[in-house]
Amino acid sequence: MTEYNVTQQDIVDEFSVFEDWLDRYNYLIELGNDLPAIDPEFRTSEYLINGCQSKVWLHADLVDGRLQFNADSDAIIVKGIVALLVKLMHDRTPAEILENELFFIDGIGLRQNLSPTRSNGLLAMVKKMRLYAMAYQAKENQNKEA
Amino acid sequence: MIMGFNINQIRSDFPILQQQVYNKPLIYLDNGATTQKPRVVIDTIRELQEVHNSSIHRGIHYLSEQMTGRYEAARETVRAFLNAASTQEIIFTSGATGSINTVAFSFGEKYVNSGDEILISEMEHHSNIVPWQMLCRRKGAQLKVIPFNDKGELELEKLDELLSERTRIVALTHASNSLGTINPVKEVIKRAHARDIPVLLDGAQMVQHGEVDVRELDCDFYVFSSHKIFGPTGSGVLYGKEAMLEELPPYQGGGDMVDQVTFDETSYNTLPFKFEAGTSNYTGAIGLAAALEYLQSIGFEAIGRYERELSDYTLEKLERIGGLKIYGNAAERISVFSFLLDNIHTYDAAMILDKMGIAVRTGTHCTQPVMDHFGIDGTIRASLVFYNTMEEVDALVQGIQKTIEMLS
Repeated sequence: MTEYNVTQQDIVDEFSVFEDWLDRYNYLIELGNDLPAIDPEFRTSEYLINGCQSKVWLHADLVDGRLQFNADSDAIIVKGIVALLVKLMHDRTPAEILENELFFIDGIGLRQNLSPTRSNGLLAMVKKMRLYAMAYQAKENQNKEA
Repeated sequence: MIMGFNINQIRSDFPILQQQVYNKPLIYLDNGATTQKPRVVIDTIRELQEVHNSSIHRGIHYLSEQMTGRYEAARETVRAFLNAASTQEIIFTSGATGSINTVAFSFGEKYVNSGDEILISEMEHHSNIVPWQMLCRRKGAQLKVIPFNDKGELELEKLDELLSERTRIVALTHASNSLGTINPVKEVIKRAHARDIPVLLDGAQMVQHGEVDVRELDCDFYVFSSHKIFGPTGSGVLYGKEAMLEELPPYQGGGDMVDQVTFDETSYNTLPFKFEAGTSNYTGAIGLAAALEYLQSIGFEAIGRYERELSDYTLEKLERIGGLKIYGNAAERISVFSFLLDNIHTYDAAMILDKMGIAVRTGTHCTQPVMDHFGIDGTIRASLVFYNTMEEVDALVQGIQKTIEMLS
């Protein structure tokens, strides 16, 4: 198992101790509260992933070949899921993000939060994170060729 | 306890209410979005598919005769429900939205010209805004709006100045889907009629809560959806005064709405068929009639009294929750409650309530101008009907308290 997938499996294992949904949500609320608020310069419409009912902001940089994510949401449970995605994808190489399947959301029973009919911005956020990875990978390859 | 109103019996008539979600009893408080169907409606639909299915108004064979008979009997049931003068005045449509679009088009073609005005209110559902806006674009007309105050009541004192000699029609909701307000529609109709201006009422949120008598109201058009009054989705009603409907051109063209067709010219069928192009949703119409008959068997008066008790109880309980603010405090109301919790995102609250088995709606409820009025992004909405109980209200209150505890 790749190190990336080990992290995903760890998240799934962490959640498996919660039998009750409200305990899961309590944990997500904790994670949401612990995730630092996004830098005010990125809490703007430019970085907003519009999810209709809840807002999600996302920004990414590439530092030493690794993606540095900065993300936030105005809904705390959504922010908890954002925190999990950041925990998984932050400080990874674009290749790690692109080559591994995302399975932990399914594994912790939050799949419905990533369904296209859920208007919370999370699905768009996952797509945007992968898009950042793709864009930075393309840029790196270009630099190598040049 | 209300005489002749057995809540346990009523709940057992609705199969979907018996289920558990996330191992908790389902508490369905999203009736403003759609209502559940009693067994008799479900059975009617199944029976129609299994035994009677056939296109109406066309065949002379046994099945077609039968289905046509049922469909036209459904029209009579709807006529009696609204106390319309004749079945000519009852048009089956795809829903309240379809009905409003029909009027906006047909009435607009006949009577609305450049510089004319259409008057609506600030609390309309998008489906009673957008069709009129489209008409205004098409004709170069102007949309005017009756505002409401912070309690969610129409500012009637502004009505007379808004009704002008260019006003062609007033389109107003009978009851608001996001504020719960029952509007003083008779007063509006009286003042509009004094200037010969017709009035359309959107009854989508009203018909399931109390008796509606279109002749007593004297409205010119009345619309509602089947799925919000315990009938099947995809069906609805447009009531129009016969003299008015006679004057209007058809909305859509197709089969059944015609008399003679040649490539040069087409003459149209009589009312109500002129407005029912194509194969009608006869299953929906007959299912709606089954729902109306079911309501009649319980009695609108008993339903109304029970709902008022339930509504008063809900309001009293919600008002006692610290940090909860209700949007919409009109004196006359249906059992629809929009609220916000201090510093809590509606999406978070709805997710937690969902996992307690409680179904509420969040968002703008297709009334963005209402949200703009209060400067908010949306609300949590609990909408109750006669199959909801005080125990369910208690569970909602506990759920809200737990939500506040978890999120603050």
